[in-house]
Amino acid sequence: MSFPWAQEYKPQGAVSKWVDERLPLPRLVYNAVGAGYPVPRNLNYFWNFGVLAGVALVIQIVTGIVLAMHYYASVDGAFNSVEHIMRDVNSGWFVRYAHMNGASFFFIVVYIHIFRGLFYGSYKAPREMIWLLGVTIFLLMMATAFMGYVLPWGQMSFWGAQVITGFFSAIPLVGEPLRQLLLGGFAPDQAALNRFFSLHYLLPFVIAGVIILHIWALHIPGSSNPTGVSVKGEQDTVPFHPYYTAKDGFGLGIFLIFFVAVTFFAPNMLGHPDNYIPANPLSTPAHIVPEWYFLPFYAILKAFTVDFGIPFTGIIIIPAKLMGVLAMFGSILLLFFLPWLDTSPVRSGHYRPLFRKFFWYGLIPSLVILTYCGGKPPYTQWVVLSQLAAAYYFAHFLIILPIVSRIERPLPLPNSITEAVTGKPLPAAA
Amino acid sequence: MVRLVAFLVGLFFSGMLLLGLGDTVITAIKEPAVPSVEAEFHEETLPVKFAHDGPLGKYDRGQLQRGLKVYSEVCAACHSLKLVSFRDFAALGYSEDQVKALAKAWKTEVPSINPETGEPATRPAIPADKIPSPFANEVAARAANNNALPPDLSLITKARENGPAYVYSLLLGYRDQAGYKNEDGKELLKEFPEAATPAGLHFNPWFANLNIAMAAPIAADDQVTYDDGTKATKAQMAKDVSAFLTWAAEPKMENRKSAGWAALGFLLVFTVLAWMSYKTIWADKKH
Repeated sequence: MSFPWAQEYKPQGAVSKWVDERLPLPRLVYNAVGAGYPVPRNLNYFWNFGVLAGVALVIQIVTGIVLAMHYYASVDGAFNSVEHIMRDVNSGWFVRYAHMNGASFFFIVVYIHIFRGLFYGSYKAPREMIWLLGVTIFLLMMATAFMGYVLPWGQMSFWGAQVITGFFSAIPLVGEPLRQLLLGGFAPDQAALNRFFSLHYLLPFVIAGVIILHIWALHIPGSSNPTGVSVKGEQDTVPFHPYYTAKDGFGLGIFLIFFVAVTFFAPNMLGHPDNYIPANPLSTPAHIVPEWYFLPFYAILKAFTVDFGIPFTGIIIIPAKLMGVLAMFGSILLLFFLPWLDTSPVRSGHYRPLFRKFFWYGLIPSLVILTYCGGKPPYTQWVVLSQLAAAYYFAHFLIILPIVSRIERPLPLPNSITEAVTGKPLPAAA
Repeated sequence: MVRLVAFLVGLFFSGMLLLGLGDTVITAIKEPAVPSVEAEFHEETLPVKFAHDGPLGKYDRGQLQRGLKVYSEVCAACHSLKLVSFRDFAALGYSEDQVKALAKAWKTEVPSINPETGEPATRPAIPADKIPSPFANEVAARAANNNALPPDLSLITKARENGPAYVYSLLLGYRDQAGYKNEDGKELLKEFPEAATPAGLHFNPWFANLNIAMAAPIAADDQVTYDDGTKATKAQMAKDVSAFLTWAAEPKMENRKSAGWAALGFLLVFTVLAWMSYKTIWADKKH
């Protein structure tokens, strides 16, 4: 790819040369995450989270493969096999807690990564494809996490599966047969558990594949940066290695400190106690709630309380339940259209006074409220709050952003990254 | 085109949500939600501290042994502990011989077969056995307990919010319902006359729906005689058995915490080194 001043890989020694002529894998790595990839020099710590997400996926795959060696996908044995891992397998408690909390940290890191993209306009031309692939990864992660949560076959596993697959039954006509086809039965049972296990093992590798495309697409235009100004010359960039490998190493240390603190000292903080009760199809938990990272979407689902129909006739066109399901999926799918909804040519939120206000005082609070309300029982105050926040969420992306990008007068941009960093204009000859 | 469609979809979803909001508010005004008896009278867990609390906490072996005694003499009459083996009791500070003796003397025997005839039989437990359940199956358990099923206790402290304190509070939480008032001074049977505890259940404001099938298991001081001379007050027994059940649910807690400190120590050094190399490498680059 990329900039003409990118350093070229020069194999040292006979073996390296021999390999480079036959399968230039070291060259690929050198150009992807080595000295051969020029990166803007002004990236802030928010740009650490892509690498951290990759690390989180590796943690999940490694711990997951070990867990699969001891796990038994059976409605009678799954719960006990997880406890067998916790009690009898050597360091099994560590592997299992790391996997369980690793999922949460994967989502924390990816959410920050997404918000970085939203604020700094990383989804805009010429980086739309990176964004589309990123949203795809996010969807795959959600599917993987949901199916993984079902595997221990606790109460929340079972009832979560019941609720989530129940979304499909909201589809008119084909809904219920579709749900039965997906589950392999009338309710989550052995058939569903087996296929969830199979898919839960498969999807992370699909994610890894899409991540390769995500990084490939990234290397065509190169990384974005906090000013949003495109790279103009060599003085604007540094080689990824050693500059950003060092910075990412430091970021990784901080990330792992948080991860280890939760995994070793509060491993059940982010989970739900009900999942330590074996699944019982005859006993519904008082409050069925998903894991924290699904709560905003769960709140959107529950926020739709009135049917859409023709007034005073009693004719219902879209029942509230179906509308909730459509809106929940829509709330993520709309991200696919974001590059064409936000038409402002200015990327970075730093130079967009109006956008920035809606981002910090609208979008972020509405998501915080939705996350909070998603975990609450359906009392009036929580329903009202989530209806308000969900209405804002849709309005933000579908109505406000397109209008803002038309009427906003952005602040003057720096002439170049180097000028923004050093405060000095570029020498004329450069 | 994309923006026009988006605008209409946005209007529709946001509009329906605001309509729903209005509907929610009107419903709430027309038919205000009636506070439930659980919302008014269910109690938060009692404050209780354990030796194993906090990132440095370790189990108190003496307390675990006392808790095992309470479990085996009181709880085990109805509650199974299916995920724990006798050999695990070595972690409570018992020797191999003591574990063997404990297994052999356990009140319930292990289901087995007669080696001569193949008929169902029972045999004394050995250290490799899981703790035998007091009832053969769910039907037997329900038949003996007024159709209530005593839950397995292996994971009970992890399966309830704030589990160890929950078990402690529940065991001490039996109250006389007649004239019972909560902290705000509201009298339960005056506010909710229909919430009188049905026959066969027992009033306990620490239980989710206030009425629990289990009769107070710890009824009087000195119900258990401790081997180490500790005075067996009701609170002491409740606390000891909660600690024991916390161990039963999380037997590797001490390994976890010590491994956690080692990992944190390593990461601290790693992160400082990484920070220094980051600063060194970027020293000549303004960014």
